[in-house]
Amino acid sequence: MAVVQQILFLITLIVAIFFIWKRIVRIKSNIQLGRQTPINGNKAARWRNVLLIAFGQKKMFKRIIPAFLHFWIYAGFIIINLEVLEFILDGVLGTHRLFAPLLGSFYPLLMNFFEFLAVAVLISCIVFLIRRNVLRVKRFWSAEMTSWPRLDGNLILVIEITLMLAILTMNASDQLLQLRNDHYAQTGRLFFSSFLMPLFDGLNTSTLIVLERSTWWFHIVGILGFALYVTYSKHLHIFLAFPNTYFSKLGPKGHIDNMPVVTNEVKSMLGLGATETPLGEPGRFGAKDINDLSRVNLMAAYACTECGRCTSECPANITGKKLSPRKVMMDTRDRMEEVGKSIASGGPGLQDGKSLLGDYITKEEINACTTCNACVEACPVLINPLDIILELRRYVAMEESGSPAQWNSMFQNIETNFAPWKFSASDRFNWANELKSKS
Amino acid sequence: MSEESNTVPTMAEMAAKNESPEILFWVGCAGSFDDRYKKVTIAFVKILNAVGIKFAVLGPEESCTGDPARRAGNEFLFQMQAMSNITVLNGYNIKKIVTACPHCFNTIKNEYPELGGNYEMVHHSTFLQQLIDEGRIKMKEGGAFKGKKITYHDSCYLGRANGVYEAPRKVLESLDADLVEMKRNRSTGLCCGGGGAQMWKEPEKGNKDINVERTEEALQTGATTVAVACPFCLTMMSDGVKNKEKENEVVVKDLAELIAESQGL
Repeated sequence: MAVVQQILFLITLIVAIFFIWKRIVRIKSNIQLGRQTPINGNKAARWRNVLLIAFGQKKMFKRIIPAFLHFWIYAGFIIINLEVLEFILDGVLGTHRLFAPLLGSFYPLLMNFFEFLAVAVLISCIVFLIRRNVLRVKRFWSAEMTSWPRLDGNLILVIEITLMLAILTMNASDQLLQLRNDHYAQTGRLFFSSFLMPLFDGLNTSTLIVLERSTWWFHIVGILGFALYVTYSKHLHIFLAFPNTYFSKLGPKGHIDNMPVVTNEVKSMLGLGATETPLGEPGRFGAKDINDLSRVNLMAAYACTECGRCTSECPANITGKKLSPRKVMMDTRDRMEEVGKSIASGGPGLQDGKSLLGDYITKEEINACTTCNACVEACPVLINPLDIILELRRYVAMEESGSPAQWNSMFQNIETNFAPWKFSASDRFNWANELKSKS
Repeated sequence: MSEESNTVPTMAEMAAKNESPEILFWVGCAGSFDDRYKKVTIAFVKILNAVGIKFAVLGPEESCTGDPARRAGNEFLFQMQAMSNITVLNGYNIKKIVTACPHCFNTIKNEYPELGGNYEMVHHSTFLQQLIDEGRIKMKEGGAFKGKKITYHDSCYLGRANGVYEAPRKVLESLDADLVEMKRNRSTGLCCGGGGAQMWKEPEKGNKDINVERTEEALQTGATTVAVACPFCLTMMSDGVKNKEKENEVVVKDLAELIAESQGL
């Protein structure tokens, strides 16, 4: 019986790893559709961001209630996963609570701590479900939160609740078995799960064994299944938030990346001498589709967990415009998945007649942006939706000459009068006349 | 002091006399052409004269930094503007620039270095704060603003974009005024709606204009003065106050105007 379980477990593990690996490869190749851009600067500052913003959750705490609840789920995720190591080893080796004899009296202490976290995760997830579905916090119900994103959010919470209940049930039945049969590793009384013991006390020993085994299986298969699900879900932020903070832009938020290709052309137009080394194929100016965006932009789309803090701070969105920075990230991800799927099945990929600009994100949306950086400031994992918006605007302005008519007039004014308004350049210094006439 | 003459030397004049200024005052397009905002330019020039700062302006040689072009996506136009400005600035060997416009400030400070323009860039809020700290602008006890409620509206390109949150507030505190904050302030301050080249086009369809939303927030503080530090914020907030028909009770003013007033300039 034990051997059968071991073989079954190994098969489950291998199947799960195979499918998860396939998804990792797909996501990696999707991100690699993007342009490779130099990652300049200070490694220490980048690691500091990973430590403070990703590990330390610093920006989460700008909103204290969700930050506090999220912290327990986050801590639970990192720490309870140590127990998963024991689960996997037990599964492979056919052992039961492998670490118990090794850790001695420390083991029950650890189990109690895990249980405390499990309960904290459980409560946090329930409160989050209430916030989403009963209190209907506004940012979870805005336009881009269609049925799938809403379901995704709820599914994650329900799965986590179920997994935590499985652990607690398993521990409760295991403690009952410890009392009845001394070959079970002794954990002593586990504070939280012991409250569940009376529920199962009436069961006979063989039913208890089945209960203990099935909750064990449920938990580990659940975790493996959840790991696979995560790769299809917004929940992928649990992994990609870390590299995203590393690769995020350093320096002042007001800085917009220079386009060296344009510098070259402008220099030769002004007779300032172009740079010696040709910069290679200029390609497209700005971005029409995902392959025009940088890999950092694309990875950020996978790192977005659709919390909507960006959108809730966006002045355009607050005043009812269509622009939503969260939607920009969701659209980028959806387009990547679409292209990746098409390429994998031998389809046309990027040449499917669709593009990020137009089919996903409209001009009306990008034109509404005030470049105020509120979305960038709001993101707890340093995603920069503004970067994508500006690349799309560059494409519209330089490749399509399709900017709003009033912007085209503004461009013309700058070209002819060196000011965005229609005033004659020769009148520029007239403001001083008032002062001069007095002197 | 207002009887005294104010001078506005240009770089060309200074260079002809083989002199160099302590600072170049970058006036900007709004500062040169916008009737309302020209008052801010003049207020700042009066302060510079009163304090005795050796400054110069580019005058007719100045031209748009290219900020709205870049933000609307026209990188070519931006770089054309940037490079011709850099040629002029480097030609005069400019070292330090002060401007009242956060958009000019951000562009010259953060985006010109990549194109060969490296200058010490100071926004007038920081510059004014330094003058006050150094005692070169002497604030009077119990001035005209004593006890008056002032709220400060953060400019995105000064605040979030460049982390300048406290200098404008310190300038206002020196007025002995009652500085009140809006609900969204500093890093969560709400944009006036004018940045990112929005100043030059009608807003997209929505249920409210951004400047009205922000003005409502400013009015909720009960302040009678809305202080700004940006030409676009000045226009947008003034329009917002008019929209709310509060122009008789609430004024929108730039920091430089408030300081000049307090000095009787």
